[in-house]
Amino acid sequence: MIGLSHYLVLSGLVFSVGLVGVLRRRNLLMLFFATEIMLNAANIAFAAVSYYYNDLTGQMFAFFIIAVAASEVAVGLGLLIVLYKKFGTLNLDDLASMKG
Amino acid sequence: MYEQIAFYLFSVLTIGLFLVTVLTKNILYAMTSLAGGMVFISGFFFLLEADFLGVVQLIVYVGAVMALYAFAMMFFDATRDIKENTTSNYLVFFLGGMIALMLVIIFIAPIMGDNIQSMYPPIEGAGNAQSVGLVLFTKYLVPFEVAALMLLVAMISGIILAGKKMDNSLTTQEDIIIEKEEIIK
Repeated sequence: MIGLSHYLVLSGLVFSVGLVGVLRRRNLLMLFFATEIMLNAANIAFAAVSYYYNDLTGQMFAFFIIAVAASEVAVGLGLLIVLYKKFGTLNLDDLASMKG
Repeated sequence: MYEQIAFYLFSVLTIGLFLVTVLTKNILYAMTSLAGGMVFISGFFFLLEADFLGVVQLIVYVGAVMALYAFAMMFFDATRDIKENTTSNYLVFFLGGMIALMLVIIFIAPIMGDNIQSMYPPIEGAGNAQSVGLVLFTKYLVPFEVAALMLLVAMISGIILAGKKMDNSLTTQEDIIIEKEEIIK
């Protein structure tokens, strides 16, 4: 029988995959992909809690997370395009302008 | 029985596809595997009887967000492999693995949920989309409108940020520069 813990553990594993991506990648676009993965992990957890506690609030929060993710992608990709026009690269090591 | 098979199949496929996204060097592979993982996540939502959420996940994530990434690919050079100097891979995988282990231990602990009462249970006799609409447009109306305003602001900022100097393409410029360098050599 699949319980709430199964879904929460799955959500934690998916979140860790996204976290490894955020820690490991140096390309800004890949960092965006990793944040999408982490947001989706939160969505799984919300939907699972909503189902097992028989409450629609979790699904509502998942909807708002999807809206936030969509606007984040719109603004973020605009910023990435501006960065790429200015520097010609999306590599974080090349974009470092301050030495410290 | 079918639920268990679907759950384990979807979990293995989702984690595998997301691992491909995180570990690959090619942006196109990363994008397609991310889209595949999103599709399987919507499968979880259908398993959890959140039909409307699953459909929204398919439309917004797999449709809109992935199309936006695909459009942004046209600005960046997507066919070339990314060159990154990933320092201390072992440390990253150690930290990620430790955090995964910690989350698993936290989540398999028994939940003290006896006194948790549901505020908005699904309405009897109504489908998932109907009950979601009833709750969203009564209890969550103000956040809904704020989210609409946020999407509007995001759309305007996206247009303004990406729309500057739209008439000269970046990749063709790069190609011209590369060709010139090759001619000089």
